[in-house]
Amino acid sequence: MSIWYALFNWLPFDWVTLNFMKNALLAVCVMAPLFGILSTSIVTGRMSFFSDALGHSAFTGIAIGVLCGLAAPIWAAVALSIAFAVLFTWVRAKTQQAADTVIGVFSSTAVALGIFIATLGGGSFTKFNSFLIGDILSVTPAEIGLLALVLAAVVVLWILFSSRILLTTIHPQLASSRGISIRRSELLFTCVIAVVVTLAISWVGLLVINSLLVLPAAAARNVAKNMRQYVLFSVLAALVCSIAGLFVSYEIGCSTGATISLLLAIWFALSSLLRSRVQ
Amino acid sequence: MNHHAHHPHGGCGDACCLRVSDLSVRLGTDQILEHVSLHMHCGEMVALIGPNGAGKSTLIKSILGQQTYEGTITFSTPEHPSQRLRIGYVPQSPAFDRADPVTVQDLFVSCVSRRPAFLPVPRALREKILACLKNVRGEGLIDKRIGTLSGGELQRVLLALALEPMPNLLILDEPLSGVDVEGMALLMEMLSDIRHTFDLSILMITHDFTMLAQYVDQVVLLDKTVLRSGTPADVLDSDEFLQAFHLGGGQA
Repeated sequence: MSIWYALFNWLPFDWVTLNFMKNALLAVCVMAPLFGILSTSIVTGRMSFFSDALGHSAFTGIAIGVLCGLAAPIWAAVALSIAFAVLFTWVRAKTQQAADTVIGVFSSTAVALGIFIATLGGGSFTKFNSFLIGDILSVTPAEIGLLALVLAAVVVLWILFSSRILLTTIHPQLASSRGISIRRSELLFTCVIAVVVTLAISWVGLLVINSLLVLPAAAARNVAKNMRQYVLFSVLAALVCSIAGLFVSYEIGCSTGATISLLLAIWFALSSLLRSRVQ
Repeated sequence: MNHHAHHPHGGCGDACCLRVSDLSVRLGTDQILEHVSLHMHCGEMVALIGPNGAGKSTLIKSILGQQTYEGTITFSTPEHPSQRLRIGYVPQSPAFDRADPVTVQDLFVSCVSRRPAFLPVPRALREKILACLKNVRGEGLIDKRIGTLSGGELQRVLLALALEPMPNLLILDEPLSGVDVEGMALLMEMLSDIRHTFDLSILMITHDFTMLAQYVDQVVLLDKTVLRSGTPADVLDSDEFLQAFHLGGGQA
């Protein structure tokens, strides 16, 4: 970390003296590609509502963790998110109901349960606020290491499975006729999203995390001509907007997660205007 | 179509064939298929017709191994009496999102290799994809996005995909729906060429009867079970056909 800290000392900004800013910078540089990559599959697979629901279940997991007095409630949240993802994938395969109805049922139940547990016995909700808004400036070097490990794992899984996931999302029947297990690809993919969303929630915030999972690819779709450009533009947008969002929020004093989301939204609007020229 | 001439006893002798015997499928309390039997040789083009809800798609799913069934499906060649059947499948009118930035090349890369579609494609793989597309006169489509293809172009791309690796049996689920008249003729010509060139069997579900007499060897009329099968002229003139499509309330 000391090398990283020393890296910026020559720059003429006052944040170069602040280690928490450098931590945050490193954290967004690790998190942004993660969101950029996952975003492409979430958008192509029409799962943006589902990833939103996963964020809600992560909150319930955190509430349960806090209730049980766990030192690190985030791991309870990760476990619950995975359970949620597995249960959801199973129910969606079994039920006749539309996917968005199933997600709605799960999502609202998760939030209700989370709030119920958080306020049980007249407890104050205030201590959970940080999970709603998120605080990237609180990230520690150890947590950045964890994020880097997750990024590495996701990249490896991505290289191994992305063609299967792509085929499963654009044409399930074609995928299964070519020997791809749809259920397994879906399950793997939803579990990865669950873990990433849950780990990132305390820094990005439950209320805005989904914009990072949807906007980068949604904007990239407007300008990309093929898969290569799609992934590239998505990762770049996530990276540029995250770094810019960190500094803008520092300069004007507001939530980093929300600023990043707003920048991504502006880029999405611009890309929509570009769309007619590209296509 | 004249394979039978060599085998007067009804067996397959030295030809390869696909045989579905006494196949039944039940979903819950619904009997979808009952005692279905059919038999086709290599190089034969067979059309599967029947009213909506006749179980055509279920039969195809059974052959594809995506549906549990009672009965047997066997495939044999002279060298291997019970060889594993390699099936190429062209799915029904796929609804690709126009906005998906997936090109024909991306689709091929995902299907024929396990490479991620977002990595640069090696020259050899691109050459291979072009060769596949050449089978369907579609080399020019390689960099087009799949959402922007016409119905006929999309069917040709999916056909090229189904031919890699080369199957013994090609199954097409309503390949002519959403394809204009010109595209239909092109597609049928292409299928005719392909089965002769590569000596594979073709089984297709269709609702378009105008093409049958010209291209198809055998027509199988299905409604829960095989009502009639034979040459196009025989089946299309039969009482069973008239009943299934006119008196039975089905749609042609």
